[in-house]
Amino acid sequence: MATLTVTTARKAGSGALTWSGRATPYLFMAPYLVLFGVFVLAPAVFGIWVSLHDWDYMLEGKPFVGLENYSALFDPASAVYDDFWMSMRATGIFTLFSVPFLVVLPLGVALLLNRRFRGRTFFRGLFFAPYVLGVAVVCLMWRLLLDPNLGLVDWLLGTDIAWTTSLPWAWVALVGVTVWWTLGFNGVIYLAGMQDIPRELYDAAKVDGAGRWAEFRHVTLPGLRPVALFVVTTTILASANMFGQSYLLTKGAPGGETRTAIVYMLDMGLNQYKMGSASAMSYVLTLALIVISLLNFRLFRGRS
Amino acid sequence: MRRYTALVALAVVFVAPLLWALGTSFKSKSEATRVPPTPWPAEPAADAYGRLFEGTTQTPVLRWFLNSLIAATGHMLLVLAVSSLAAYALARLEFRGKRLMFGVIVGTLLVPGFVFLIPQFLIIDQLGWLDSLTALIVPGAAGAFGVFFLRQFFLGLPRELDEAALMEGANHWHIFLRVTLPLSKPALATLAVLSFMSNWNDFIWPVFVIFSPDYFTLPPGLSILQGAYTIDYPVIMAGAVLASVPVLILFALTQRYVIEGISRSGLKG
Repeated sequence: MATLTVTTARKAGSGALTWSGRATPYLFMAPYLVLFGVFVLAPAVFGIWVSLHDWDYMLEGKPFVGLENYSALFDPASAVYDDFWMSMRATGIFTLFSVPFLVVLPLGVALLLNRRFRGRTFFRGLFFAPYVLGVAVVCLMWRLLLDPNLGLVDWLLGTDIAWTTSLPWAWVALVGVTVWWTLGFNGVIYLAGMQDIPRELYDAAKVDGAGRWAEFRHVTLPGLRPVALFVVTTTILASANMFGQSYLLTKGAPGGETRTAIVYMLDMGLNQYKMGSASAMSYVLTLALIVISLLNFRLFRGRS
Repeated sequence: MRRYTALVALAVVFVAPLLWALGTSFKSKSEATRVPPTPWPAEPAADAYGRLFEGTTQTPVLRWFLNSLIAATGHMLLVLAVSSLAAYALARLEFRGKRLMFGVIVGTLLVPGFVFLIPQFLIIDQLGWLDSLTALIVPGAAGAFGVFFLRQFFLGLPRELDEAALMEGANHWHIFLRVTLPLSKPALATLAVLSFMSNWNDFIWPVFVIFSPDYFTLPPGLSILQGAYTIDYPVIMAGAVLASVPVLILFALTQRYVIEGISRSGLKG
């Protein structure tokens, strides 16, 4: 597709390639379009093709099986059914518990930072700092922090909870660590949204004798509606996409209970080389996410 | 005053884990396995860093550090080059198929990245890039964020300068290089930092496309380290410190750009 654009661009440029001819826009686009075609568009189409085959990376034959990879996911008698739905359940549980915290707590932090005061930039940077660390660093750090014998957390709390290997604590650990790691991101987005609310609205509220709470209820919250929609949507997607924490912090323990759909899918596809089945899973999960996003939009629209 | 109390309490919760990890990397092997744990090293020493940098054939840590640096820098430069060229065409030029192209590019922002991982792996395999740094540098540059971000910025630039330059007989290539890019330094810096950081921290992709210890970057390397030094916690934490200090310093120096960039990504919604 990308290569096609380049050749037609060459034709349009009638031989000589100049920087001001009709070919110019296509020449500007070409480098990116080549990358986009090879690494985004081609995989998107190719993935569907793979999902329709019994595509074992290690075997010569890759027979066409139609929709079998898909129907197996919904057939209780199939080999993948139990593990797949357990991993979908894990993703569901994680999303259900992490999203409320990641939507509400950053709002509180943003409110604390919304006034001008000395040290504001410093605190803002501090709360955002964990977000610039990678998932590998974060999980390695917290595995030691949460260690029942050697970790700081149990020692401070005076408990000996196996945070990463027992239920329900593994969920608490996954949600807690994720909140610590990514809270700053949503906080910064809320903060930017608050800066965009017109000052006149606050002045008017003051004239009407509104207290702090009324101001928050009737000016800040309604003003944040579009930003909140963005935050809720992206947070649900990010939580449903959770991979690293499950892979590194709990390693799916105990007994695969905290293994998320993405971890299961990539393990199937890239470690066990059952790529057809894994591709089918990725499309089923994507479809589920699209449905959730659409419901989200309707919910927010319906309330305005 | 109440605000400060709340902020300081929160700051402690945020910073304590980082400080404890840093402290652990300066403990002796025996102190790190003491029960109960010590909040701060009794006799701070940098032995763990010595053991870390010595490395082994399975854990060539300095090599990983270098790979991370090469991959993140290469990725950053590639993103800046291809995104700025495409964004210029989308923001400043008229051509057939422009709306469709932009629609498709932005549409991919809505599709979760994991969908592409398996077919991308197969394509990388066909290209013969598995187990090489090329696999960590090139495919990620096809992401739509850079193009979208720079296009928004270019649209906000005044057109008078372009028109004046066109009058004087400059072509689009000149305008792009001498007018648009110099005016876009803040946006370019933001994109540079964000793309460097995301590549530096990437874990999921290198874990699957790199097999030899020599081509690992730090994030998947840390997993190997954890397996190799099971109870030598100071070394493992030293590795975590090594992987995080560069991005933390980069963030400290460019905080304004990073936060500005993140904020704007939210307000486009």
